Amino acid sequence: MAEKKRLKDLTFWDKIYIPAILNGLALTFKNLLGPKFTLQYPEEKFIPTGSYRGRPVLVEEKNGVERCVACALCARVCPALAIEIQAAETESEKERYPEKFEINMLRCIFCGFCEDVCPEEAIVMSKDYELAFDNREDGIYGKDKLLIPVEELKDRIEFLRGYK
Amino acid sequence: MTILETILFTLGKIAVLFTLILLTVSYLVYFERRISAWIQNRLGPNRVGWQGVLQPFADVLKLLLKEDIVPDNANHKIHALAPMIILFVAFSTYAVIPFGPTVTLFGYSVPLVVADVNIGILYVLALTSIGVYSITLAGWSSGSKYSLLGGIRSSAQMISYEISMGFSIGGVILLSQSLRPTEIVLAQSGWMWNAFIQPIGFITFLVSAFAETNRLPFDLPEAEPELVGGFHTEYSSMKFAGFFLAEYANMIIASALIVTLYLGGWQLPLVDSLGLPGGVVIALQILGFLLKMGLLLFFFLWVRWTLPRFRYDQLMSLGWKVMFPLSLINIIWVAVLIMIFNI
Repeated sequence: MAEKKRLKDLTFWDKIYIPAILNGLALTFKNLLGPKFTLQYPEEKFIPTGSYRGRPVLVEEKNGVERCVACALCARVCPALAIEIQAAETESEKERYPEKFEINMLRCIFCGFCEDVCPEEAIVMSKDYELAFDNREDGIYGKDKLLIPVEELKDRIEFLRGYK
Repeated sequence: MTILETILFTLGKIAVLFTLILLTVSYLVYFERRISAWIQNRLGPNRVGWQGVLQPFADVLKLLLKEDIVPDNANHKIHALAPMIILFVAFSTYAVIPFGPTVTLFGYSVPLVVADVNIGILYVLALTSIGVYSITLAGWSSGSKYSLLGGIRSSAQMISYEISMGFSIGGVILLSQSLRPTEIVLAQSGWMWNAFIQPIGFITFLVSAFAETNRLPFDLPEAEPELVGGFHTEYSSMKFAGFFLAEYANMIIASALIVTLYLGGWQLPLVDSLGLPGGVVIALQILGFLLKMGLLLFFFLWVRWTLPRFRYDQLMSLGWKVMFPLSLINIIWVAVLIMIFNI
């Protein structure tokens, strides 16, 4: 029977482990003194880039009116059925606006489909990841919480334009 | 010195040592967490008190408040006995380890060791062997497969490594011609540390000490990924804290023992020749002992977060095929040294 050949035979120094152990100890000691990567959360916060999918928000134009025309495509595409819209008519150019726009943040799965499907670039994912509430009613975000000025969402909108 | 005075001094030494060990254990746990974090580029616990220094007390408080759960099919008496045995062993081993020279206190000459017995080393070996029972009993009495496997592994491992440990100590005893720890320390004055004279024995003893204290890379009795928690899977609350405490107390003992046997104990070379007053020399020697111990304890932590765990068969073959012959070679080496140089 042919003798099995190793790819590389261990030398004496490999076999007594000690150089390898010292090597490992040196590596861990270097890391012991090296820089730390922990963010101390409540004081230091993680600031995401434009590609981050935080909670979905409605874009508020400079005149304080939402872009949304209440087409309800987002509500239709939402796989978690988290969005509820009631449309109403308006005198302004866009003719329709959402009288009620609610996202149930207990159901939202942050998939970003609503943002993908929106023809008006009116609903986008924000950088906000701090979503804590102490009862189920607070988990339903109405227009008061959803409307965010367009300047604050620049990063995401620019990212979407480059991506689409 | 009358008997009453001897008892008082001994009780005093026991009280000091006991507090010292308990404090060291709690801070060892803290440093274990901090150092493991630093090695992994994290920060570790730094919230409770300045830089987290009160963390150990928070941990203890948490463990005290936990519910003590005993499994239905556990043997209740032995289940409760096991952590007591390991704590007893962990604390009583320290009695024979000298942490300083003989000092003069209030007109009495007091040796800085709780019990200066002439068979100190045998006493240590005997007690550490009792420690195995605790782990085995804990594993068996829990009525759980994981615990039982952990206990069996532990007894096999400890018995295998106790042999090489005992033979490495043999070399030390050959040189000092005494089983009394204070004399072993005195035999290593100057640079005559056993670690330099018999490096093979030092390495085998160090490795065996790691195995005896169940520290990585030899923590097979616990082996979290395979055995959940090994022998202490079914322990909670203060009984678990007992095992936890004992593990770290054993580390302290192991490092104290290594310092005593191989690193010159409380002796610092050259410190006598500096012409310092007697009190300062003694203080420096005690500090030197603590420093050596601290460095060894750091080494224990450092190794834990560097090396992966051995496989069980590798552990056994290392113990019997490598450590055992090496410790025998060490004895021959020391004997040859004695024959040539008549030390």
